[in-house]
Amino acid sequence: MVELNFARVRPEAVMDLTRVPELREWGTENGRLRVGAGITYTRVIRELGDRLPGLAMASRTVGSPQIRNRGTVGGNLGTASPAGDALPPLYVSDAEVELASVEGTRRVPVAEFVKAPKRTATNPEELISAFLVPEAGGPQQYAKIGPRNAMVIAVCSLGLAVHPERKEVCACIGSAGPTPIRACEAEDFIRGVIEEEGLWESRGELAEAALGRFGELVSEAARPISDVRGTAAYRTHAVGVLARRTLGWAWNEYRGGI
Amino acid sequence: MHQEDIVIVTLKVNGVERPLAVEPRRLLCDALREDLGLTGTNLGCEQGVCGSCTVLVDGESVRSCLMFAVQAGGCEITTVEGLASGETLHPLQAAFWEKQALQCGFCTPGFLMAGVELLRRNPEPDEAGVRAALAGNTCRCTGYEHIVDAVLAAADGAARERTFAEEPEVDVAAEVVAREGR
Repeated sequence: MVELNFARVRPEAVMDLTRVPELREWGTENGRLRVGAGITYTRVIRELGDRLPGLAMASRTVGSPQIRNRGTVGGNLGTASPAGDALPPLYVSDAEVELASVEGTRRVPVAEFVKAPKRTATNPEELISAFLVPEAGGPQQYAKIGPRNAMVIAVCSLGLAVHPERKEVCACIGSAGPTPIRACEAEDFIRGVIEEEGLWESRGELAEAALGRFGELVSEAARPISDVRGTAAYRTHAVGVLARRTLGWAWNEYRGGI
Repeated sequence: MHQEDIVIVTLKVNGVERPLAVEPRRLLCDALREDLGLTGTNLGCEQGVCGSCTVLVDGESVRSCLMFAVQAGGCEITTVEGLASGETLHPLQAAFWEKQALQCGFCTPGFLMAGVELLRRNPEPDEAGVRAALAGNTCRCTGYEHIVDAVLAAADGAARERTFAEEPEVDVAAEVVAREGR
């Protein structure tokens, strides 16, 4: 809409999908949530906050109430900006994106769906109809850096999910690379630490050194550019800090929740 | 513009049905201001940042500069003109008056609409809740303190009224029915 207002784009046709009821529904399907692409951020926060806490946290950071009342996760997926707030939470839960056309529907892992900045795997005849994601099995976090708390495009961000059911911790960097980036080495490292020390069972503390190393490895996974919102060096440093902190918060929540 | 490019759409604005003939890409804010003459809704940035153009569509606050008029067809729209009844200010407007929550006033309609939505969703917000709800609205004069005070004062006032309203009016007949099961 902003691009239209400033005549930066002149699409021949614009289609309003906000009143398609099928896109505004969510439910469960084979143990996963299937969330219609037209569900607004406001509804994610209100209706799915307990099932998808990481996505709800990210949704709270989007724009302002007025924007959250209209903006949707489906729109965030379609835009495929590396700074899209909904994306890291979907990456760390291995979400799938459902694409529909007259030929039928197909489902694509979100990391394959987002191809490059603002480029997706959607074919011209396809519509993003929903995303599929498991309910949180453990604590989730989302943290974002920007000059203020509202109306901010992330300088950088980090989504994190603790998955006790499969004994993994997943982390995804936002806005510090051409697409969201899963920090695989950091994930492997922390899985090793937790396993070795038997922390899944004991729910013991994660050592400060392990948190620090986790942050360093997340920083190493970033591939940021310098732009008006921040320098590459700042982003590299900041995602590491976010990773260390969010893991600390999430792990403490895991320890507390028996 | 070709005739076929015109769409007839009916907006229900402040309770009144207003049929409109608009170009499909007419913004809701422009339709309100220019076609319907409701100039209380102000246009600041036209890019969804400042919040001046906030109106309620089916009770939810939206930025009317980021929405086409045709998208609001059949919806209930509330603009700042719909808040007062006659000469009586809406309680939030009265609180803005009392707390001097405006200086130039340009942003005020947007703040009022955002505040109205907040108080409907959460009648007893704390200060942090008010600040979060108003975070999408920009004011260049006040420094926000008096605006936050006004919203909190309106919430307090409404809470007091509710307390009085909740004093049960004894309906003897209904009590008898309830006790004796008719």
